Amino acid sequence: MDIQLKRGLLDVCVLAAIKDGESYGYKIIKDMKPYLEMSESTLYTILKRLELANMLTVRSAEHNGRLRKYYRITKAGFGRIEDFKDEWREVMTIYKFVTKEDTGND
Amino acid sequence: MTKQEFLCELQAALSGLPLESIKESIMFYSEIIDDCMDDGMTEQEAVAQIGSVDEIASQIIAETPLLKLAKEKIKPKRKMKAWEIVLLVLGSPIWLSLLAAALVVIIAVYIVIWSVIISLWAIFASLISCAVGGVVAGIILICTGNVIPGIATIGASIFCAGLSIFAFFGCREATGGAAWLTKKIIIGIKHLFVGKEKV
Repeated sequence: MDIQLKRGLLDVCVLAAIKDGESYGYKIIKDMKPYLEMSESTLYTILKRLELANMLTVRSAEHNGRLRKYYRITKAGFGRIEDFKDEWREVMTIYKFVTKEDTGND
Repeated sequence: MTKQEFLCELQAALSGLPLESIKESIMFYSEIIDDCMDDGMTEQEAVAQIGSVDEIASQIIAETPLLKLAKEKIKPKRKMKAWEIVLLVLGSPIWLSLLAAALVVIIAVYIVIWSVIISLWAIFASLISCAVGGVVAGIILICTGNVIPGIATIGASIFCAGLSIFAFFGCREATGGAAWLTKKIIIGIKHLFVGKEKV
């Protein structure tokens, strides 16, 4: 898959993993696992990128006597998910057209 | 590998990055390993499933802008003494010119790579213009009564058109290769700044 495309998709996946409430690194990976395998190092860079883009906020809280970072989606983050849906509605329309032509030639 | 060993290796691999980023990465991986262990993995398993330190470091370095790395490298680790500043100023004709030379070499490498690409596309463009021009010239020749030279010219131009199709795919591949190569060079330069210092 095109790297730029994949990068954008993974960003949205991480946002989707925290859209129903704040979450932490290990849980995000676990929640995404049935849909896609993401390495910890990939998640790390994506979380940094999304934080810089103000699409999520981070807070540290104590858990079992150690600190854990919790990530919460922002309004801009929700906006990114909505943009993604709109974009992909267009892509799916194109996909339908492309595959229709395939079967039409048989 | 234990968690402690893993984090120490990671810290060493990231040395040269801003201290804040190193601390952040260490905390992130420490938290993940702890969470894995809370979930029932042994320490060894938790560390093993995270992957190699080199891979992690490469990914972090690739995401950090080159300028930030260079700035961190230049920033003095302690306050400089007066004689060091004097030496630095006195030595500037030497180190400034060396630095400039290094920059020029890097820029030259880029120019060389991309001029090859530009000349490849120029070949492609000339093949296309030969093809178009040849057809026009051939038609004019035929119309003015020189039928055989005209047909030969059209034949040659069709040959050029065929070559240009091959040339297009070749040029496209070469452009992709050059883009890849220049990206690799940037990552290579970044690696010069990171991970060389012993902790």
